[in-house]
Amino acid sequence: MARLSLRGIKKRFRTTDVLHGIDLEIGDREFVVFVGPSGCGKSTLLRLIAGLDPISEGSFFLNGQQMNEVPPSRRGIAMVFQSYALYPHMDVYENMAFGARLMGLSRAEVEARIAEAARMLRLEEYLKRKPRELSGGQRQRVAIARALVRKPEVFLLDEPLSNLDAALRSDVRLEIARLHRQIGGTMIYVTHDQVEAMTLADRIVVMNLGRIEQVGTPRELYETPANTFVATFIGSPKMALIDVTRDGDTIGVAGGGSQKLGRLPAADAEAFKVGVRPDALTLRRGEGEGLAATVVYTEYLGDNAFVYARLADGTQVSVRTAPGETYDPDEKVNLTIAAETAHFFSAADGRRMAA
Amino acid sequence: MTAASETYYEKRGLIGTLGRDGLIQIILVANTFIMLAPIVIMVFSAFKTNMEIFQSPFSLPDFSNVTNFVKIWTQTNFLRYLLNSFIVTGASMACILTLGTMAAYAIARYEFFGASFILMFFLAGLTLPLKLAIIPLFMLMRDLGILNNQLSLIAVYTAMGLPTTVFIMTGFIRTLPNELEDAARMDGASEARIMWSIMLPLVRPAMVIAGIQNVVPIWNDFFFPLVFIQNDRLKTLPQGLTTFMGEYTTDWGVLFSGLTLSAAPIIIIYIVLSRQFISGMTSGAIK
Repeated sequence: MARLSLRGIKKRFRTTDVLHGIDLEIGDREFVVFVGPSGCGKSTLLRLIAGLDPISEGSFFLNGQQMNEVPPSRRGIAMVFQSYALYPHMDVYENMAFGARLMGLSRAEVEARIAEAARMLRLEEYLKRKPRELSGGQRQRVAIARALVRKPEVFLLDEPLSNLDAALRSDVRLEIARLHRQIGGTMIYVTHDQVEAMTLADRIVVMNLGRIEQVGTPRELYETPANTFVATFIGSPKMALIDVTRDGDTIGVAGGGSQKLGRLPAADAEAFKVGVRPDALTLRRGEGEGLAATVVYTEYLGDNAFVYARLADGTQVSVRTAPGETYDPDEKVNLTIAAETAHFFSAADGRRMAA
Repeated sequence: MTAASETYYEKRGLIGTLGRDGLIQIILVANTFIMLAPIVIMVFSAFKTNMEIFQSPFSLPDFSNVTNFVKIWTQTNFLRYLLNSFIVTGASMACILTLGTMAAYAIARYEFFGASFILMFFLAGLTLPLKLAIIPLFMLMRDLGILNNQLSLIAVYTAMGLPTTVFIMTGFIRTLPNELEDAARMDGASEARIMWSIMLPLVRPAMVIAGIQNVVPIWNDFFFPLVFIQNDRLKTLPQGLTTFMGEYTTDWGVLFSGLTLSAAPIIIIYIVLSRQFISGMTSGAIK
């Protein structure tokens, strides 16, 4: 059982505000991912939950109990650090035993827990090795095992995959997903990688500049982003935002064509931008009905290809095309937007607009 | 890139390389001789009689002739002096390393008002020639009632050693990853436990450097015992050996054997600690 409740959490370092009031409820056994660009405060928030830094304002409840003043080790929380932070002078066994012994467990219990964690993470043969004798992936597993030994209710993982190479990264990602299913604790995972966020999370918390932009399932974030920040942050290649002028049910791009759109915000609504993902666009050669564009370059990915093109007003958009088609740079093309997959955002403050 | 550097080496030629490296070798070998010669002569002279020392100062002695050592061991206060030196140096080093590491840890890790000022204050100690303050120090020790007492030496040596120790240790602790302490905190370790179980093993290389840096001048110090200590039973080795100068003016062999014996522990400590100094203790901690 672990329910976390963050209410109006603020964090100030000297005079700089890093977090401006975070409200968030996290349920039992949930896998929540904090995602956002560097410096958005996601790691800071994690450290506040861990108790490594004091909360400047607001309260943090764990299972209904206020935790603001509770020391980190008494919160029932374990953390896996970005750099692993294994104790370099202790072997793998000692690394895991250090925290368990400090919990006041009996020797037999410590041994049993280490054996279990080592088995789960396939570390049995490395127990007598020092961290420097292990590969990056093995160190990562030791760091997770060390957290596991404490049998915490909440696991915090701070960019655990960022030091691994790409191949290993997807392996460990699977491992973490498997662990979460197996042990069922609440997991809070910080990353700046949206692929990790999308694949692992039950719910994603998108953060920017010390604020939560949106909380939702990966699908909600992808299909109904709350604002332009979330819209462009989630999804790769990212969503293009097109400044348009409106005339009845026709939208136009400055100096570069127009298109009829079956689904638009209310007629009396404020000025808006149209957000289009690579799938929402259809690309045709030559000049024609839709929005005029010039090809910038083509990205061939084997099963897919993305064509990057520039609209008449300079906005760059990406379009998913069949991998066999090739487009030359500077080739003139025209684009049409599929109305049902277009997003509309207020031109003034970037909020999502209903259509 | 590789090709370019290869051609570069080819152009310089064999003679150029040998010439430059050879010159360095010659300078290094000469330097080694200059450095080692006094020590070697000291050891040689310890096995010689006075006559031999003056007749052939550089010749190889008969190493089985240990009469000088027997004499100094049995007929002088040498053992007493040696013990005193061990007590004073040992206690001073213990104080310096304990206090210095704790101070450095606090300065390097805890954010508090005046941290940088305190570091500067310690560093200011590096610029002060302590011997200039010998008269006030003497009066201070007299008023504290520890004149003619080894505590006075330990206090002065600790004060002398702290600046370099704090300086070396602060710099080193700052390079250690913060996340290690955070991890230990998550594991439930108290601050003292973090210091003892996590930081101390990691800062050992720096402690060795600070130790070597301080142990030699303290062991060899002649000035402060000369001023503070009058009681012969409390004298340290350098001070004690000067009494041989008076008593055995003619017996240089005994004096040199005393010097050899007094230098031996330091040289051994030096060798042992150098082996302890393993760089890259933290490798494997992060990344």
